[in-house]
Amino acid sequence: MSLSYSCNGHICENLLVMDSFVRFLKEREQEQLIKILSFLFYIFRHDDLKEMLDSNKDSLKLEAMKRIVAMIARGKNASDLFPAVVKNVACKNIEVKKLVYVYLVRYAEEQQDLALLSISTFQRGLKDPNQLIRASALRVLSSIRVTIIVPIMMLAIKEAASDMSPYVRKTAAHAIPKLHSLDPEQKDQLIEVIEKLLADKTTLVAGSVVMAFEEVCPDRIDLIHKNYRKLCNLLIDVEEWGQVVIINMLTRYARTQFLNPNESLLEESSEKAFYASDDEEDEDKKAEVTTLEKRKPYVMDPDHRLLLRNTKPLLQSRNAAVVMAVAQLYFHLAPKAEVGIIAKALGMFEPYLKSFYIRSTDPTQIKILKLEVLTNLANEANISTILREFQTYIKSMDKDFVAASIQAIGRCATNIGEVRDTCLNGLVQLLSNRDELVVAESVVVIKKLLQMQPEQHSDIIKHMAKLIDNIQVPMARASILWLIGEYCEHVPKIAPDVLRKMAKSFTNEEDIVKLQIINLAAKLYLTNSKQTKLLTQYVLNLAKYDQNYDIRDRARFIRQLIVPTDKSGALNKYAKKLFLALKPAPVLESPFKDRDHFQLGSLSHLLNAKAAGYQELPDWPESAPDPSVRNVEVKDSVCAERTVLTGPEGAGVLLLQTTRGSSNMQDLPKKRPKALTKKHTIAPSGSIKMYELLHRITGEGLAVEYCFSRQPFSPDPNMVAVQIQFTNNTNSETKNLHIEDPRLQSGMRIREFAEIGLQPTGESVTVVMGIDFCDSTQAANFQLCTHTRKFFVSIQPPVGELMTPTFLTENNFKKEQGKLMGMNEILEKLTLGEKCVNEHVIVERVTATANLSRVPCGSDKECRFAGKTVSSGCLVLVTVTTKEGGGAQLTVNCEKMVIGTMLVKDILQALSQ
Amino acid sequence: MIHSLFLINNAGDLFLEKHWKSVISRSVCDYFFEAREKAVEPDNVPPVIRTPHHYLINIYREKIFFVSVIQTEVPPLFVIEFLHRVAETFQDYFGECSETTIKDNVVIVYELLEEMLDNGFPLATESNILKELIRPPTILRSMVNTITGSSNVGETLPTGQLSNIPWRRAGVKYTNNEAYFDVVEEIDAILDKSGTTVFAEIQGVIDACVKLSGMPDLTLSFMNPRLLDDVSFHPCVRYKRWESERVISFIPPDGNFQLMSYHISAQNLVAIPIYVKQNISFFETGSSGRLDIAVGPKQTMGKTVECLVVTVHMPKVVLSANLSATQGTYNYDPVTKILLWDIGKLNPQKLPNLKGSLSLQSGAPKPEENPSLNIDLKIQQLAISGLKVNRLDMYGEKYKPFKGVKYVTKAGKFQQRLSEWLLVHTEV
Repeated sequence: MSLSYSCNGHICENLLVMDSFVRFLKEREQEQLIKILSFLFYIFRHDDLKEMLDSNKDSLKLEAMKRIVAMIARGKNASDLFPAVVKNVACKNIEVKKLVYVYLVRYAEEQQDLALLSISTFQRGLKDPNQLIRASALRVLSSIRVTIIVPIMMLAIKEAASDMSPYVRKTAAHAIPKLHSLDPEQKDQLIEVIEKLLADKTTLVAGSVVMAFEEVCPDRIDLIHKNYRKLCNLLIDVEEWGQVVIINMLTRYARTQFLNPNESLLEESSEKAFYASDDEEDEDKKAEVTTLEKRKPYVMDPDHRLLLRNTKPLLQSRNAAVVMAVAQLYFHLAPKAEVGIIAKALGMFEPYLKSFYIRSTDPTQIKILKLEVLTNLANEANISTILREFQTYIKSMDKDFVAASIQAIGRCATNIGEVRDTCLNGLVQLLSNRDELVVAESVVVIKKLLQMQPEQHSDIIKHMAKLIDNIQVPMARASILWLIGEYCEHVPKIAPDVLRKMAKSFTNEEDIVKLQIINLAAKLYLTNSKQTKLLTQYVLNLAKYDQNYDIRDRARFIRQLIVPTDKSGALNKYAKKLFLALKPAPVLESPFKDRDHFQLGSLSHLLNAKAAGYQELPDWPESAPDPSVRNVEVKDSVCAERTVLTGPEGAGVLLLQTTRGSSNMQDLPKKRPKALTKKHTIAPSGSIKMYELLHRITGEGLAVEYCFSRQPFSPDPNMVAVQIQFTNNTNSETKNLHIEDPRLQSGMRIREFAEIGLQPTGESVTVVMGIDFCDSTQAANFQLCTHTRKFFVSIQPPVGELMTPTFLTENNFKKEQGKLMGMNEILEKLTLGEKCVNEHVIVERVTATANLSRVPCGSDKECRFAGKTVSSGCLVLVTVTTKEGGGAQLTVNCEKMVIGTMLVKDILQALSQ
Repeated sequence: MIHSLFLINNAGDLFLEKHWKSVISRSVCDYFFEAREKAVEPDNVPPVIRTPHHYLINIYREKIFFVSVIQTEVPPLFVIEFLHRVAETFQDYFGECSETTIKDNVVIVYELLEEMLDNGFPLATESNILKELIRPPTILRSMVNTITGSSNVGETLPTGQLSNIPWRRAGVKYTNNEAYFDVVEEIDAILDKSGTTVFAEIQGVIDACVKLSGMPDLTLSFMNPRLLDDVSFHPCVRYKRWESERVISFIPPDGNFQLMSYHISAQNLVAIPIYVKQNISFFETGSSGRLDIAVGPKQTMGKTVECLVVTVHMPKVVLSANLSATQGTYNYDPVTKILLWDIGKLNPQKLPNLKGSLSLQSGAPKPEENPSLNIDLKIQQLAISGLKVNRLDMYGEKYKPFKGVKYVTKAGKFQQRLSEWLLVHTEV
């Protein structure tokens, strides 16, 4: 696309500006110039983009939107294009539309007034028959952070939460936290929506609604009770991100509802003491009761077990976050004995010791973590291997890592007494390393080790004193001198001798060593002045004339402090306390300790600091709250209904006598059902479409298809009859086929078919069930159960199956149509498909799409159809008027507007094919 | 959850930003740049960086930093896994995930990011679903689109979204039905100076390219499934079948995907295909050193070792190397201090050798750090663990597919140490 700025009027002006810039910047570097030039072009391009956006061609609009999105991606400001972009929000081209959405969400917050212009488009989108469009309208509407539309958002979310499409319901769940962060005052209403969506049984919604729950009302544990078992059971089929969120939430839930599986032992021991100290009879009895109560062997709540069982297979997930979530769940909830399956308590990590060996190419943070694990795994048995491994690390080029390795050796030395000397020896040798960091770190660690075991000081200090002759690194010499000074009372004979040597070499030492010689001299003077008085005087005199003023200064200061004179004040008395104060022993501890109170694997745990929004993991309760809160009542009502159905009335539901009850079945000779099945199975006629309920693969050999038989459902005329055909492709019998756990939108009802007791291999069986869809296309979800398996299935009716034919005369038709005008009438023009050549085809197409009957009609240009909705008996009137040249007009009159809209869409499609 | 995403290249240029909630100024990345500078190597940048108001969680992949901005508690692995999924999606769509391809396809990238997260929570990350929503670019399609004005964006909800096998799109049709599996094993090993194994294990993956019509149900079985110690699966694999029968039973996604990854632990003996004899020494005086490296085959199971590369990380004081190689070419980079010897195919008759002198910074003491030596190699038609696919069966469809299995062994993190035990005497 060439730049079309030549047509702009103000171009000359701009070029002049550009020219002056060029002059002005002549001497500047070329790069700078190019930047300025490109900025100017960028301004021109904006005009260009506006033109493109205003054009009639979608391709130009698309090109413009693509460039704008590219600008946004690069972080360039494109906000001045807002008016031009927002106009295109209703563009027919779906890609343009999507890109406009991207733009809107990015800039709506800045341009609130203009953003309001787009709202009506989204409101329309929310009613679109296409679920993807409904969902994306809600997504954008809820992402526009404009406070004024909060009520509209609330309404949209509420409506979408009961949408028939689970995808739209998922989007509603996503929208909840958005609205909550925009206006926290909506919390109560949003919680209601969350409660509704938590009851949703599709896997698609589960993760998203739990996410919303965690963001809006994580403390409302009570909302989880009724959904707990369902969430556990759905878990394996939820997408991986949802799994993480659900598992983390259920971990918290379990900690409030179940008992600690690891506590029984502790209680017993404390109980005895209590019992023994008791004298009075009354209290004795009381104690006995409580003891008995508490001694009751721990039995895990089956719901607790359910959670552990259902999360275990997820350890095999490809997603590390899921594996981690399960691991932390086991860590926080499982009995100790079972924790092994995830982490293998420290001892059990041992076989994997070598997996934590470090490569020089590992990133530093990985090295440090591996080192931590190795240090924690060290014990008497493996310490020599680990120390050998540590040695190689000390030679690494990564100095931070070397320092950490030295500290790790120090920690091993403190934890395992047997290797303390070995470690100390090794560390002492490190003092001769040329790298100051290694030396400094070693000294620090040695110093710490020495402070921890004062009784063994002398040996090591003696050893270090000997080293002073060989070690040349000033830092190391200084550190050794500090140690001898600090523990001079433990090496009374050696210390003065070291001072003697140092006094001799004083003038040749480095400054930091000189300072420590003075330090040593001072400490010895205070503890052993008899032997060292003269030496100290000598050292202080040398220091007095040193070239370095720090050293001169120090010498003066120390002399005043330790040698009592008339002038020296009160401080002199405390000199010994000042120099030889007991320094606190440093603790060698893991840098990773003290974070176990955070939930494992959380951000807070990693940082060891509470992040915003972190939910504390509660302590186990003392006594378990009522487990019955998790019982779900729905099951009882289903059972009741089933008993009714298997009674005489229910028998009418069955098309096949042979498959009625399991008891009947066993009495029959085995061959009979086969013959009967073949005879009685109603083959759906060609015009009736079969839908798949369960694919033979997912059903593990059991294939289930269904169709809407369009027969009246005799047990309940307000129900749609659904004919279901089971085919057993497995090589074993399927038993006890029945429906369980129907999950229905409010008002919807279901009449199950009676249980099919036995279905032999290779046989097909057909039954009929009734569903009252309440005149909506919401799916009826239920579980199809065999004696071994349960399958989640759902039946979603096309809108045309929600009605039943009605006979009307032409006059009646016109009369009824007259009553259903205005809002209740939908008119649509269409072009008939090639094959819709005559009236006959049109009638066939319409009646195939919807269960309507033809109404007699005088005109041959018009076809009329009439029906009633099954549930509420509302009239549905359809008129197709044909015109010359393949054109036609479709009119639908129905009190139920949603049904009308959807029906129009389906018929249009059928006719224009 | 995930608030924003910034893509930053190795030079520190921020070339893409995307916000899923309100906009966060890109100046938040200054904390990242600070950490980046401190880390020296890009791999050493801490994955989680704390700033006064946000947390930055990042991954480094294909020379790009994916830096996400977080404001509230979230499992860090969740974010890291997601960022990797983003990178994999780019790879899947554009053939490679690089700065150039991302910039060239910035609109598709943006559309993808829009679909993958909603309000910072993952929405659609399954490749088959994304491809129905946003079609990957092909030359033909972009031409057709320019002419007809049709778009790359799907108008209906992908079939997978609502099915209980969301990873597979419906209505797949191929004229040639084929299923290929690549068993790729990487040896992670640490060898000591003499070449003795300190530690070795195998990380394996099975990559699949399945182009089969309809709803095929596949079963892959191994001759020796007990070898596999620690496995993780694509969500399509039925855990139960693996638990009970040790077979991989699944309805595959359409196209390329990773079926499973496995780990064969250090407890099993791992064959080491080559040996390296090396002698790198530095003289106390004269600011120089000597290097002599020879490579030869060890346990190659009769296969040829290819793409053999030896990399040595030299101490900082090594200025240059004057060497001669009997095979392949060598290169010493004085900035990164990396000596790279590209040998190519290993010929057992004539073993390659690299020999010569190293010159050090004058006056500098003999380096105390040890160089480390990394090896890269490839062996075709061999899974070093001995893992073998027994058969692949297909149920549910009637046609006969082409089937193929390929084996490759590579060096993973394969390192030989050059240090000796000098310091600690560990007689316990």
